[in-house]
Amino acid sequence: MALLEVNNLDVRFAVRGGDLTALRGISFSLDKGERLGLVGESGAGKSVAAFSILNLIAQPGYIAGGQILFEGKDLAAMSERELRKIRGNRIAMIFQDPMMTLNPVLTIGTQMVEAIKAHRRISSKDARAIAVDKLRKVQIPSPEKRLDQYPHELSGGMRQRVIIAIALLLDPEIIIADEPTTALDVTIQAEIMALLLDLCEQENVALMLITHDLGVVSQVSQRMLVMYSGRIIEQGPTREIINDAQHPYTQGLINALPQMGEPGARLFQIPGAMPSLKNVPSGCPFNPRCSFATDECRRTMPEYVRAGNVSVACYEVERLIAQEQQVREVTP
Amino acid sequence: MMTATVSRWARVRDSFLWYSFKRDKVAIASFIVLLAMVLSAIFAPLLAPTNPYDLALIDIMNSELPPVGMSGADGAFPLGTDAQGRDMLSTILYGTRVSLMIGFGAVILQAVLGILFGLLAGYMGGRVDAVLMRIADVQLSFSTLMVAIIVGAVFKASFGSLMFGEIAIYMLIFIIGVAEWPQIARTVRASVLAEKKKEYVDAAKVMGFRTNRIMFRHILPNTLSPIFVIGTVQIANAIISEAALSFLGLGMPETQPSLGSLIKSGFDYIQSGSWWITLLPGLVLVVLVLVINLLGDWLRDVMNPRLYKG
Repeated sequence: MALLEVNNLDVRFAVRGGDLTALRGISFSLDKGERLGLVGESGAGKSVAAFSILNLIAQPGYIAGGQILFEGKDLAAMSERELRKIRGNRIAMIFQDPMMTLNPVLTIGTQMVEAIKAHRRISSKDARAIAVDKLRKVQIPSPEKRLDQYPHELSGGMRQRVIIAIALLLDPEIIIADEPTTALDVTIQAEIMALLLDLCEQENVALMLITHDLGVVSQVSQRMLVMYSGRIIEQGPTREIINDAQHPYTQGLINALPQMGEPGARLFQIPGAMPSLKNVPSGCPFNPRCSFATDECRRTMPEYVRAGNVSVACYEVERLIAQEQQVREVTP
Repeated sequence: MMTATVSRWARVRDSFLWYSFKRDKVAIASFIVLLAMVLSAIFAPLLAPTNPYDLALIDIMNSELPPVGMSGADGAFPLGTDAQGRDMLSTILYGTRVSLMIGFGAVILQAVLGILFGLLAGYMGGRVDAVLMRIADVQLSFSTLMVAIIVGAVFKASFGSLMFGEIAIYMLIFIIGVAEWPQIARTVRASVLAEKKKEYVDAAKVMGFRTNRIMFRHILPNTLSPIFVIGTVQIANAIISEAALSFLGLGMPETQPSLGSLIKSGFDYIQSGSWWITLLPGLVLVVLVLVINLLGDWLRDVMNPRLYKG
């Protein structure tokens, strides 16, 4: 059984004039110690997906259907009290901006000790010892001294290390990292990413990495999900998707990487923009931007089909598979 | 433990608050004056030459003696005496004590109510917010004086004048505290609304903290600076409110005078030349309120760099 299994998750936002669907039938699973990448443009629903795994979507959002099974128990149907025991303790989360994630008026030590004491009956002294230990693990020099410092006394990279240490405090099974390096400068990004990866491997923690950086995903994750307009449009082993993307959107994303273009040539871009939740086009949400779009694409939403190890929702891929089969039948 | 206290003092010494305090002469002067007044109020029983509450010490023959330096003054009463023969210096010291107690007490009550309701309204939002803020609006639409008159009348009728003297101070704290809590509640609510959108609140939720803990431990400390600023100004306001109520005869009884009731008690004699009975406590009241407001202004400038002196 997978550690985390999300089945057909629907998340909606109740706003004036009806519900907006933010997540539509999301399904994926995460095994112990596995590293999963979640990519998509801004507004694709990546962060909403992360928050709904912890059943923490802010009002007016709500889980409209589906299951989030963590060790077989459904987080979507759990009481707030039981959820609190899982949040931070079994599933931790790392946010984008280290400047904003730490409470500016509490010392690092207070915040760490508090996080431990929220979940364990333990003396402050022991909690401090754990905190020092974790700070050392994320390679912060003189951790005892850091405990008495305030967040503003640390640099951005240092703060993100502290945040990773906080995420690791209670030895969680899963860490959800929502663009953990976006707010850092490029030299530090690689360092922090390597550190996070290292720690997850050492402690056998499953990592769900949310990012719009395909480069990072291809280096870090074993499997990846591509999201578009609240829907997973392609998922499978990272290497297969990067080398041979099936969905036209994923292909577009990969072609848009600067390293894919010829020197001096214009960079490729996917025409148009992601539809807002208020007017998602009928059929496949990507159809207005897709060069393969047919009437079928505009009419109905494609179901998932398998292409090798990859599961993808696209009629064009279906057609290609059908053609391939025909060719195979004709020429045995 | 030793190192912790040392570093705490070092932190204060290195802080911006201390730095700007050192450079602001008005703030220093106001603080010294306020400190002197608070200390002399606290130690009034030791400093005052006589105890104005002790009726046995009062001699009616000493009434309306002028302050030292005027003809007919008595060296035993440096600031003169009031119409009942009480030493003005002693009554002013004791009166400042009463005024300050009411000022601080009322603001503490305001702060408790205001912070509690402001946090709840701001953090919970929705219906809780709507209900609490409408209660605050209703509260604000009653004037403090009107509430005081009604409550005071009820208290006086039900406890009798003698008992009333004993509970008057608590009643005033209650009235002023309850009448003014919406000011603090609104300030707190506004900053909570801004704070709760920040990522550290999400992070706290993700860590599995209880709602209470997030509200009081994580959000509240971040809203403290406006509370300090408005709290300081509210102390001055509470003292003025108390003086106004006492002047109208709705506040402290004359046997246990505050600055306001001293002003009132002298007001009847101002025409007959005994100006000091009204003027001296009046001056003390003005200085007290002025230094508190000056400190409040300084605090506002320091804690909110976006505001400029108006």
